[in-house]
Amino acid sequence: MLSSFLSAEFFYTIIRVSTPLIFAAMASLIARKGGVTNITIDSTMLMSALTGVLVSAFTQNLPLAIFCGLVMGVVMGIFMGYFHIMMNTNLILTGVAINTFTRGATVMILYAFTGDKGSSSLVKSLAVGNWDIPVIKDIPILGQIISGHNGFTYIAFLSVIFTWYLMYRTPLGLRIRAVGENSSAAKSVGENPAKIKLIALAFSGFFSALGGMYMSMGNMSVFITNMTGGRGFIGVAADAMGRGNPIGAMLASLLFGTANAVANVLQINNFPVDMVMAIPYVVSIAGIIIYSAHEQHKKNSKIKKAIAEAERGEAA
Amino acid sequence: MSTAEHSVPAIEMKGITKIYSNGVVANKDVDFSVNYGEIHAVMGENGAGKSTLMKMLFGLEKMDKGQILFEGKEVSINSPAEAIALKIGMVHQEFMLVPSLTVAENMVLREEPRKGIFIDHNKAIEETKKISEMYNLPIDPNARIADLAVGIKQRVEILKALYRGAKILILDEPTAVLTPQETEELFRQLLILKEHGHTVIFISHKIREIKQICDRITILKNGRSMGVYQVKDISEGDISRLMVGHEVKMNLDKKPASPGKTVLKVEHLSYGYGEGKLKLDDVNFSVRKGEIIGIAGVEGNGQRELLECLSGLRKIQRGKVAINGNDVSKMSIYDIREKAKTAYIPQDRLLFGVASGATIQENLLANRMDYEEFSKAGVLKEKNFVKTAKELIKEFTIKCDNEKQLVNMLSGGNIQKVVVARELSMPRELIIIDQPSRGIDIGATKFIHQKIFELRDAGTAILVNSADLAEIRELSDSLFVMYEGEIVAFFRSLDGVTEEQLGEYMLGIKKQTPEEIKEAFHE
Ligand SMILES: Nc1ncnc2c1ncn2[C@@H]1O[C@H](COP(=O)(O)OP(=O)(O)OP(=O)(O)O)[C@@H](O)[C@H]1O
Ligand SMILES: [Mg+2]
Repeated sequence: MLSSFLSAEFFYTIIRVSTPLIFAAMASLIARKGGVTNITIDSTMLMSALTGVLVSAFTQNLPLAIFCGLVMGVVMGIFMGYFHIMMNTNLILTGVAINTFTRGATVMILYAFTGDKGSSSLVKSLAVGNWDIPVIKDIPILGQIISGHNGFTYIAFLSVIFTWYLMYRTPLGLRIRAVGENSSAAKSVGENPAKIKLIALAFSGFFSALGGMYMSMGNMSVFITNMTGGRGFIGVAADAMGRGNPIGAMLASLLFGTANAVANVLQINNFPVDMVMAIPYVVSIAGIIIYSAHEQHKKNSKIKKAIAEAERGEAA
Repeated sequence: MSTAEHSVPAIEMKGITKIYSNGVVANKDVDFSVNYGEIHAVMGENGAGKSTLMKMLFGLEKMDKGQILFEGKEVSINSPAEAIALKIGMVHQEFMLVPSLTVAENMVLREEPRKGIFIDHNKAIEETKKISEMYNLPIDPNARIADLAVGIKQRVEILKALYRGAKILILDEPTAVLTPQETEELFRQLLILKEHGHTVIFISHKIREIKQICDRITILKNGRSMGVYQVKDISEGDISRLMVGHEVKMNLDKKPASPGKTVLKVEHLSYGYGEGKLKLDDVNFSVRKGEIIGIAGVEGNGQRELLECLSGLRKIQRGKVAINGNDVSKMSIYDIREKAKTAYIPQDRLLFGVASGATIQENLLANRMDYEEFSKAGVLKEKNFVKTAKELIKEFTIKCDNEKQLVNMLSGGNIQKVVVARELSMPRELIIIDQPSRGIDIGATKFIHQKIFELRDAGTAILVNSADLAEIRELSDSLFVMYEGEIVAFFRSLDGVTEEQLGEYMLGIKKQTPEEIKEAFHE
């Protein structure tokens, strides 16, 4: 079993299973920078995953399908923003309402179009293929790990860079950060905080959509009910652990992805499925607790050390 | 500047009426006008409608009646963006800055210089430098807002408005948060702006400040204008009579103190380990029953940390604090308030003093809800509740419609009064007050001072911190000066001690001998 952990295949798996988490983390990051904790990322992923599958099945046009999936994501983001920001509804209640609604809606839509409530396997949908990276693919081990991934996976890593530049180098990013931290400051220079928040949520929906479509049109080419399995929420956790930094959020996503990959290996080796499935979630929670406990401890011991030093100085 | 601009007022507001959605008439038929090149004061009691009038000029509130003329032409200002387009800028009572961003980023927000699709950071820094040199208001464009002192933050606010081309600058109680030194610096800056032909609208509760730099004054009372006057032609007495409607007693009678046993003991208190320089360094003092101990010092020299350690908001790192023999480090905030019978009026009243989404009565009585008088088995006794709240509103002249209004609908000064009323209206052994009169009008300030004296005479131990030297001298029986986290001077009595003398200690130019400083502590 140890050999499964040391193989190039295992690392390939980490990147593969981290892909939707990275998208979700970027979705969460942009919304949170704008001052909105977006808890509808998971259901947005689900809606876009379904939209992409159905459009591709019925039109056999992949670009169009992806486009429609993205539009669905953006619309979901703005939808959430419209209720929370324009109608002043409570963020959590709005989120829960949208999540509950999508859960039912996806099943209903799936049934209406395919006649099946469990998956879209009765219709033939399209998917984005795996891409080989020239030159790198021929390097032993490294090539096996980072080449040959799904197109969406490369987009996920590009989106980290994109998010970083968006947040820290563009006027829009500056405004999103300003609105999120002190919306009256933005208002006082004539900015419309509601507009900026809506834009941030549209981006959030956009990245959620990519994460969702990776699941149904990349990693697999079928939509399964509730196939996101809470990955959108893990993305929110990864973003929190990355402390609002896109690179940090990506690393946290990879950490959770590793837990996921470990679970996969254990499952193959006949560990109890239920327990194995819980691993990524337990790691998420433990990760956050350990991280903040560590920060607290670091601070306390720094204070203690400084006091001890002062006392030694006075005694001498 | 063309003569045309001189002959018509820069801004004229005519017949302005504003009624808030809850029916409060904040402005009624107000006429207001300012010229280019003048500093124009607006004065009035808490809740008189000053901020409301200015918010309408800056497009933050909509007026119900009246018109605004800009250089003689009628305009409608529906948003800050439209006000900025008319070269109107506003520095608010609370700072409108983003703490994690740099000065330059705050400056250019929404008017970012660009290089392609990206922000041109170098240009932003350059522009910031240019504006700051042009108006002689020095600033480090790369500093993070969170690291700046209050006075510097305010300078950033002013520069922010100037960067957007503001020629008419509204300052809503700018000096309330400033130290005397910072206030002097602000006045220097405002006079520079005036020389440049800009207009400054200046709101303050301090007549002294208005006398010092303003040309004309508009006085508001209960939402109505009481007229416009040349500052040099109107006496301080006349101003306060117009504002309040009757004479304000300027000098209170203060009996000599007769201190009793020691209530608060602070021994070898140090704070700020592991963060570089100590915020508090071996602080020793005591406060006895029936005396008022004042803390003087330039803001940021450890006063805030000291008071927060005493009230339980910060964990004591080293040293001992005892209230009537009870070790503060072993008590929760609730116990400090209830067992050790301590009241605390924090400096940042909006953040720590009130629950802004709760009603006035809830805020007024939050510290005694579990008393028998007010609740039984977890259920509130509404009748007693309302009755006491009404009494407090009346006693402390809190201007509101009724006790069930939300606190965040009150004017700035009236929010302060809610906190003061709650904390000063219960029998306490020790009262800790940070900035007793910040943002409060003259009449109410005198009332609060009177109240503090009464509580002292009834045997309460009182510790007061104020950035206003005149106020701290008036209130204190004894006083110590803090500089860089240390007590550098202690005066048992203030007779014959001048403001200049205190200033030398406050700026760290002089320090008393350890023996003199030890006097601050009583067994
Ligand atoms: N958002 C609001 N909703 C309802 N009433 C309000 C609101 N803001 C202010 N008021 C009321 O309008 C009146 C005028 O308030 P305003 O803030 O203009 O007073 P002010 O003169 O600035 O007082 P202060 O010196 O205390 O800052 C007050 O009675 C206040 O309670
Ligand atoms: Mg005001």
